[in-house]
Amino acid sequence: MSNLEFSSLYQLTMVRFRLFLREPEAIFWIFFFPILLAVGLGIAFRNRPADVLQVGAITTQLTQALAADKGLTASTMDEAEGTHELATGRILLLAIQHADGVAYKYDDTNPDARIARLLADRAIQAAAGRRDAVQAANQLVHETGSRYIDFVVPGLLGMNLMGSAMWGLGFAIVEARQKKLLKRLVASPMPKWQYLASFLLSRLAMLIIEIAAFLGFARVAFGVPFRGSLWQLGLLCLLTSLAFSALGLLVSSRAKTMEAASGLMNLVMLPMWILSGVFFSATRFPAVIQPIVRALPLTAAIDAMRGNMLQGTAIGQMMPQIGILIAWFIVPFAVSLRIFRWR
Amino acid sequence: MSEGIGVGVIEKGAPQGAHGNGPSLLLRGVRKAFADVQAVDGLDLEVARGECFGLLGPNGAGKTTTIEICEGLTAPDEGTVELLGLNWRTGSSQLRQRIGIQLQETQFPDKLTVEETLRMFRSFFRRGISVDESIRTAQLEEKRNSRVGGLSGGQKQRLAMACALVGDPEFLFLDEPTTGLDPQARRHLWGLVDGLKQAGRTIILTTHYMDEAQRLCDRVAIMDHGKVIALGTPQQLIGTVGGEDIVEFAVSAGDAGAPESGHGTVDAARLTAIADVHSHRVDAGLHQLSVSELHLAVPRIFAALKEQGLHLSEFRTHSATLEDVFVQLTGRNLRDE
Repeated sequence: MSNLEFSSLYQLTMVRFRLFLREPEAIFWIFFFPILLAVGLGIAFRNRPADVLQVGAITTQLTQALAADKGLTASTMDEAEGTHELATGRILLLAIQHADGVAYKYDDTNPDARIARLLADRAIQAAAGRRDAVQAANQLVHETGSRYIDFVVPGLLGMNLMGSAMWGLGFAIVEARQKKLLKRLVASPMPKWQYLASFLLSRLAMLIIEIAAFLGFARVAFGVPFRGSLWQLGLLCLLTSLAFSALGLLVSSRAKTMEAASGLMNLVMLPMWILSGVFFSATRFPAVIQPIVRALPLTAAIDAMRGNMLQGTAIGQMMPQIGILIAWFIVPFAVSLRIFRWR
Repeated sequence: MSEGIGVGVIEKGAPQGAHGNGPSLLLRGVRKAFADVQAVDGLDLEVARGECFGLLGPNGAGKTTTIEICEGLTAPDEGTVELLGLNWRTGSSQLRQRIGIQLQETQFPDKLTVEETLRMFRSFFRRGISVDESIRTAQLEEKRNSRVGGLSGGQKQRLAMACALVGDPEFLFLDEPTTGLDPQARRHLWGLVDGLKQAGRTIILTTHYMDEAQRLCDRVAIMDHGKVIALGTPQQLIGTVGGEDIVEFAVSAGDAGAPESGHGTVDAARLTAIADVHSHRVDAGLHQLSVSELHLAVPRIFAALKEQGLHLSEFRTHSATLEDVFVQLTGRNLRDE
C-alpha cells in the first residue's frame, strides 16, 4: 500500500482512471455506443427467409407457369403496363410471349432480377415439359459466421478501439496542455515517460472491460462466433490499442487547442472509417488504392480480427497485419516523443 | 528564522554576501528574447538563503520569464543561472527534487479532489512532507475531499501552493500568487507566505502589487522592460524617493483659468524650494510632491499655493510606497499597461 502510495507511475495511472470514470460522456461513447451500434445493425441486417420475387407475364398461361415456382409471385399485365412496373421496380422481370418462344425483360445489373430470370426460366421450361437430367435435393444450412452481423462485429471492435484510444489520449493531453498542467508537471520531478506510460496503462485496463463488454454482448445477443484463440484475439486488441494510442499521442503532441486537436483527429480517423472495411469489405475499393488501404492500421486490425474470429486464423498466419500494427505503434510513438510540446 | 534575512542589501554586481553558504540563487548576465521582444535584458540577481525575494514590476516587465528561467522551464539565450549551487544543464533532476514551483496559471484537473491532486504531486518527490501536512499548511482541511472544480480562486491558489510544498522544497518559486484574488483571499495567502518565511524557506515571488512586495519581501528588485531598475529592501527603496510621505493635490485656477486644472500655472520651483519638499511631478493633472517632515511641509505648501492664487480641488497625503518608487523611476504607474 505505502509503496504504491509513493509510486508516481501508480498515482498517475490512478489519476487517469479517476478522470475517465468521472466523465460520464466518455463512458457512454466507449462502452455503450458500440453495443447500441451493434444492436442497430443486427436488427437492420438480420437474416430473413429468402425473398419471394415479384414477376409479371403478358399471358395467363405464362403467369400460371411462373406461379408454380415457390420463389416467385406472378401477375398478368400487358407489355406497356409491365414495362412501367419494371421501370418503377414493382416487378423484377417481365416474361413476354413471342411466336417462337419467350423473352425475359429484366435489369441484369440487379442481382435479384438475375435470380428472377433463372427461376422464371426454370418454371417456364418445366411447364413446357423439361425434365431434370439429374435428381437434386437441397440441404439448407444457416451458418453463423457468414451473416452480416458476424462481419460487422470485428469491424466495430476495431473502430471502437481506434476511437477510444485516440480520443482518450488526444483530448486529455491537449486539455492538460491548454490548462498549463503539462507545464506544471514538467516543473515537478515527475519522470516524463511515466506521464505518457500512465495513459497506456490505464488504456490497457480499460481495454479489458471495453472488449469484454462488447464481445460478450455480441456473443450473447447475436451468437457471433469466436473461432480463433481468445488470447490471440486479446493480443490483437492490445496491439491495435497501442498503435492507435501512439497515433493519438502523435496527433496531440503539438496541438494547443481542442479545436486544432479534434480537426486533426478527424482528419486521421475519417479516411479509416471509410476505407478500412468497418461496415463493408475493404476489397471493394479499386486495386490502385489497395496498397494504401492495406497499410492503414485500422484495415490491418480489422482484417486480423476477422481472421481470428470468423476463420480461426492463427497469429502466425497474419504477420503482414501484425507488422503493420507494430509499425504504427513504433513510428508515431518515437516521433511524438521527439516533437512533444510540454508547455 | 534564518540568518539570511538580516544580512544587508547585496547591491547589483556586488560580491556575494558574508553569510556562510553563498547565495541560493545567482543570475549573471541573463538575456532572453522572444521573437522581437527582449523579455529579459541582462539580468544579475542574487537571492540569499532564507530570504524572501520579490520581483516587482508591471505586466510585461519580464518577471515571469525571469522566474521561469530560474525554474529551468525556459532556457536563457545568454548568461548563467546557479540554483542551490547547481545548474540546470547538469543538475536538473536533483534540482527538481529540491525546489517547489507555483506557476502563474496552472489549472489542476477539475474532477480530482484536493487530496488526490496532492497525492499525485507527492509521489513525484523522493522525500517531502505528508499529504496531510501539506493540506494543513495550506489550510484546506475542509476541502480535502472536494473536487478542484468546486474550489474558489483563493482555494485553488492555496492548492497550487500546497503542490509546491509537498516536496519540502529548499527553494520556493511563487509566480504572481495573488493575481486575480479578492482582498480577503490575498491576505489569507500572505499569512501563508509569512508562515513559510518563518519556517526559514527561501522564497522568490513575482508580483505587480507593490503592497504585496512591501508586505512580504525582505528584498525587492523592481523590474521594467527586462531590466532591474532598483534593488534593495522595501525601506531602502522607499527611502530613495527622498521623503517618507507623498503629497498629492490638484488645483483649479480660481475663476479665471481652465476648469480642469492649473497645468503650468503651478510654479513648481516655488514648491520644491520649500525645505522639506524633495521633488515634484505632474501626472494627469495631479501634482505629486515627495515630502519629509509632513507636519512642517504641509502648511508651507498651502501657503505657497495660496500666494500663487490657486484654488485646491483635491489634497491628500500618504506614506511613500514602492509604487511611488516605480513612478519616480519610470514616470509611469505600475498598473499602466
